[in-house]
Amino acid sequence: MSEPSDTAGYNFAYLDEQTKRMIRRAILKAVAIPGYQVPFGGREMPMPHGWGTGGIQVTASIIGRDDTLKVIDQGADDTTNAVSIRSFFAKTTGVATTARTEEASVIQTRHRFPEKPLRADQILVFQVPIPEPLRWLEPRESETRKMHALGEYGIMHVRLYEDIALLGRIATAYDYPVRVNDRYIMRPSPIPKFDNPKLDNNPALLLFGAGREKRIYAVPPFTKVKSLDFDDHPFEVQTWDHACTLCGARDSFLDEIVTDDLGTRMYACSDTDYCADRREAAPQTVDASEAAE
Amino acid sequence: MYVAVKGGERAIAAAHQLLAEERRGDPAVPELSIAQIEQQMSLAVDRVMSEGALYDRDLAALAIKQARGDLVEAIFLIRAYRTTLPRLGYTLPIDTGRMAMRRRISATFKDVPGGQVLGPTFDYTHRLLDFTLAAEGANVSPPQQPSINNPAPIPPMPRVTDILAAEGILAPEVDIDAGDTIADLTREPLAFPADRDARLQALARADEGFLLGLGYSTQRGYGRSHPFAGEIRMGAVSVEIQPEELPFPIDIGEVELTECQMINQFKGTAETPPQFTRGYGLAFCQGERKAMAMALVDRSLRAAELGETADSPAQDAEFVLCHCDNLEASGFVQHLKLPHYVDFQAELGTLRTLRAERREAAE
Amino acid sequence: MTSDRPLLNVQNVSHYYGDRAGCLDVSVDLWPGEIIGIVGESGSGKTTLLNCLSARLQPTAGRIFYDQRHRGLVDLYALSEAERRFLIRTDWGMVHQNPRDGLRLGVTAGANIGERLMAVGERHYGQIRDKALDWLGRVEIDTARIDDLPQTFSGGMQQRLQIARNLVTGPRLVFMDEPTGGLDVSVQARLLDLLRGLVTRLHLSVVLVTHDLAVVRLLAHRLMVMQRGRVVESGLTDQVLDDPQHRYTQLLVSSVLQA
Repeated sequence: MSEPSDTAGYNFAYLDEQTKRMIRRAILKAVAIPGYQVPFGGREMPMPHGWGTGGIQVTASIIGRDDTLKVIDQGADDTTNAVSIRSFFAKTTGVATTARTEEASVIQTRHRFPEKPLRADQILVFQVPIPEPLRWLEPRESETRKMHALGEYGIMHVRLYEDIALLGRIATAYDYPVRVNDRYIMRPSPIPKFDNPKLDNNPALLLFGAGREKRIYAVPPFTKVKSLDFDDHPFEVQTWDHACTLCGARDSFLDEIVTDDLGTRMYACSDTDYCADRREAAPQTVDASEAAE
Repeated sequence: MYVAVKGGERAIAAAHQLLAEERRGDPAVPELSIAQIEQQMSLAVDRVMSEGALYDRDLAALAIKQARGDLVEAIFLIRAYRTTLPRLGYTLPIDTGRMAMRRRISATFKDVPGGQVLGPTFDYTHRLLDFTLAAEGANVSPPQQPSINNPAPIPPMPRVTDILAAEGILAPEVDIDAGDTIADLTREPLAFPADRDARLQALARADEGFLLGLGYSTQRGYGRSHPFAGEIRMGAVSVEIQPEELPFPIDIGEVELTECQMINQFKGTAETPPQFTRGYGLAFCQGERKAMAMALVDRSLRAAELGETADSPAQDAEFVLCHCDNLEASGFVQHLKLPHYVDFQAELGTLRTLRAERREAAE
Repeated sequence: MTSDRPLLNVQNVSHYYGDRAGCLDVSVDLWPGEIIGIVGESGSGKTTLLNCLSARLQPTAGRIFYDQRHRGLVDLYALSEAERRFLIRTDWGMVHQNPRDGLRLGVTAGANIGERLMAVGERHYGQIRDKALDWLGRVEIDTARIDDLPQTFSGGMQQRLQIARNLVTGPRLVFMDEPTGGLDVSVQARLLDLLRGLVTRLHLSVVLVTHDLAVVRLLAHRLMVMQRGRVVESGLTDQVLDDPQHRYTQLLVSSVLQA
């Protein structure tokens, strides 16, 4: 990625005000129709499509000088793409950045929902690669829009039925489809289904931006979000037989890390901020040998 | 003890440093100037301007230099810059009928008013490496006669398609009324069904390689459309604006373009007699391969509106338009190298569970 | 179930393709539990008429009324698209000549049958499964094949699966377009037998398009003979076939006898 050596020639948060207004209008519409994908005139951004340009445009349109921004990728603040996006906003807005979930007013994320509970004064912005939940079943945009409009969602359950019939369980592990406010079916972006329950009735505003596909959608605060399932095969989340090696957490999403050539594994929180806090509060709650059980 | 990876920031900075060094190459070799790229890599500059959708030779040359000659990357740089530019106004439609031409050929008539003019083309070169070019600095070719070196442009001539249209044998293009708004994909997202104005804009910005392959597929039977190269012309046209306070338009400069109009057979319907129809291609400067491929694909995408069966990839507007932009394609293909630890972990867990269940069932 | 009004009431329906008439001025009533056959050679307009009747092709002129459950007579083409699509997937069925058009070949037989149930809100996997098994049995497909893809089925099985997929939600009206076309004679006979049993037991109304007079003789109560877009003769099936009045019908009947 090349960076402008001088951002003086660019507007606050890179986008011009006209574009931001257009995006804010799309966001307002998205909030008014929870789960509905609002088309918007997505712009080219100085980073590649598929790398978070949708989330970046949403963040750029809502961020103000008093905001504090947190950017995570895979739950971590220090993954390269998170670093790159955070430095982009630091450079183009000069706003304060943080790694601490509770300090942030705007959090941009890829693939995770933070472990710490969010508040009503926070906004979580998701980067979305493919917004259309019906895409793998029906590739045509003209047809999927009709299916949404008419609420023809039977096909979504066909997919779940097939999993159970052939594999004995629902095999979708991430980007698990949800129904928002009893109306639109939505892709929550590729978060693990472990995070799906956090979407439901969350106090924070959840915004989803898909730059390449030029769609914005939203889950307003305190909105019902239900993961699709069957009455006799209810939705369930991942569990681990391990605790985090670093902080001992048993309630967070764990990364599996291969530590040597023999395939030895260890497990650690994917949410680095959550993990760091726990270690600070109670260091050495668990030692590595126990955690690796 | 495992420590959460720190130092993403340092790694990125180091990568940028390496990139800068690679771009410069051996410091003992003189650095390329923007002017050299602009003058001697001119077809690369032309392509970056077309697909970057910005007519600025110097910026395109800069982008090529910065991108180390990777044209898709250079196009990206130009697009990302372009999107920040204020929109000051809209020009009047350009008139290629008034083009000052440097090249003009028609495959449909042996001679046409204005004649056939080859211009600067690779067409009849023998593709033999010219080792004299390897002798840098030494000017081995004798100086050309000035008239050949810089022939006067051909004065404006009617387009072959105008001649056919006058006879009524070529379907007229739909006039856009002054009040109609023309699609602008840089402002509004693509929606389907997409009208021809939106389709043409998408194709004009589309990846040349993608259009080339698609256009080729129509010639091989995937949506055959019987094309003739009615006319290809290359040259400069005036760009005009119409200020509200003036009764006449103002010439604000000129751009060089390549225009291709393909002529295709059409069997007609109950309402319309058999006639020719058009496929249209346009590219900045000397983008002839692109303009021709674009014209083939444009005509293919008209299948539905002309009542032809549309079952080939090049006739499928959603397929073509959603996948023709190299920024989108390159970004999304390459995003696969970003971390997917979390999704992969989730998938891993599911797979292990399923395998364990199968083992148990087998026991 | 008796009724004092038709399920489908067709009034002077015509459809034009440009200048050419696909079907011309067709009027007919279809009563609950009745099977009506539409015969004619290819190009006679029978498929155009079927498409008009099944809400997939807007007629150029004329109107079609359907007696919707809980609602009474509705003008098909005055319904919103949402209402029309809902009607099609709940109260109607469509059996295509080519199973490829009527099945999802990429998902299992069970999912093919279950899809319509899930589309109308069934959310209990076990119950969907039970109904799928029940319907496989009813259309004489080995229930052990429930998790197999339709691609691995024979032509006759695919056709029976298509029928099960349509009937699982208990529709009242089924459209069939050459349901036995492309099948061997022995397979055809078995399918016709099955269809006749199901239709009678479920008190279905059927619009059956075919060029095969043997099929209509076996299934249809009434018959419409089409030629160049027009209905040239109609009446009770046996009556029309045994004592055809129109020259074209006579020709059709005699050509079958000769064959």
